[in-house]
Amino acid sequence: MTTASLFLAVFLACAVEAVEATTIVLAAGTARGWRSAAQGLGAALVVLAAIVAALGPALTVVPLTGLRVVVGTLLLIFGLQWLRKAILRASGHKALHDENALYQRELAAAGAAATTGRGVVHDWYAFTLSFKGVLLEGLEVAFIAVTFGSNQRDIPMAAIAAIAAVLVVAGVGLAVRAPLARVPENTMKFVVGVMLTGFGTFWAAEGAGGDWPGHDASLLVLVPAIAIFSLALVGLLRRGNRPWSRAAAPATEVS
Amino acid sequence: MAARIRAFFAFWYDFFVGDDWRVALGVVAAVAATAAIHAVLPAWWLLPLAVAVLLPVTLWRAIRGH
Repeated sequence: MTTASLFLAVFLACAVEAVEATTIVLAAGTARGWRSAAQGLGAALVVLAAIVAALGPALTVVPLTGLRVVVGTLLLIFGLQWLRKAILRASGHKALHDENALYQRELAAAGAAATTGRGVVHDWYAFTLSFKGVLLEGLEVAFIAVTFGSNQRDIPMAAIAAIAAVLVVAGVGLAVRAPLARVPENTMKFVVGVMLTGFGTFWAAEGAGGDWPGHDASLLVLVPAIAIFSLALVGLLRRGNRPWSRAAAPATEVS
Repeated sequence: MAARIRAFFAFWYDFFVGDDWRVALGVVAAVAATAAIHAVLPAWWLLPLAVAVLLPVTLWRAIRGH
């Protein structure tokens, strides 16, 4: 795996999660006030930084073979779950993720909630909404960055890719003050699902003793093969009944 | 307190296992089988085969509403 592919994989995965977190923070800030939303955002980033700072160095001292079998297995399970959702969405069997719908729903809920303060936090609802949104989406980002980085023994590059993705998405989101509905989020999730499944398969097999023909070069076959297989499954599933096809229903799914 | 502990474990279960526990079980079994057979024959193909089986099966179950 080259530095460029490590950067691309982590950047894409982190960008997808950052889009969802940005939508939630925007809803909290717009409906309730930016101060408490920013406090929630800051608190979540501190917790995430602590998790990465603790896990990153710890994983670098684990022997590479053991690390790859555990992390590869987790990434493969993770990747198959992402692919499952992505294929169901692409084939019309699950509603597409829609940032506008999520934003409007969070906005309505935030507008209806009462205002109570705790300590230095003026609006507890805005704080917790922002904190939970960033922490929950950020945990996946942290997991992907730490596992990809530790497997390649290049956690700094994975961290740079993760931070770059968050800065780009959050910067654009704050500049336009609107959910990033034009980001091709469902397509990006499909790509990330393929990459997580591909790298998870490669690392788990290698860690368990499977010797790949061509070693790292086998990824150049494995990842495209998983992409083609997934697209073929989308094509097959599109032939059947599609309760969430664009013509049948609006896209409103959240996660 | 019990509800919070349950919610904590439910979160991590959902985080790592997701919607279909059979996928997680199938992956763990395939990795274990790879480790078991690699000494006697090439085992790299087992996980791609597991992906080729598990993905259609979990999609089929999702569509059937299981």
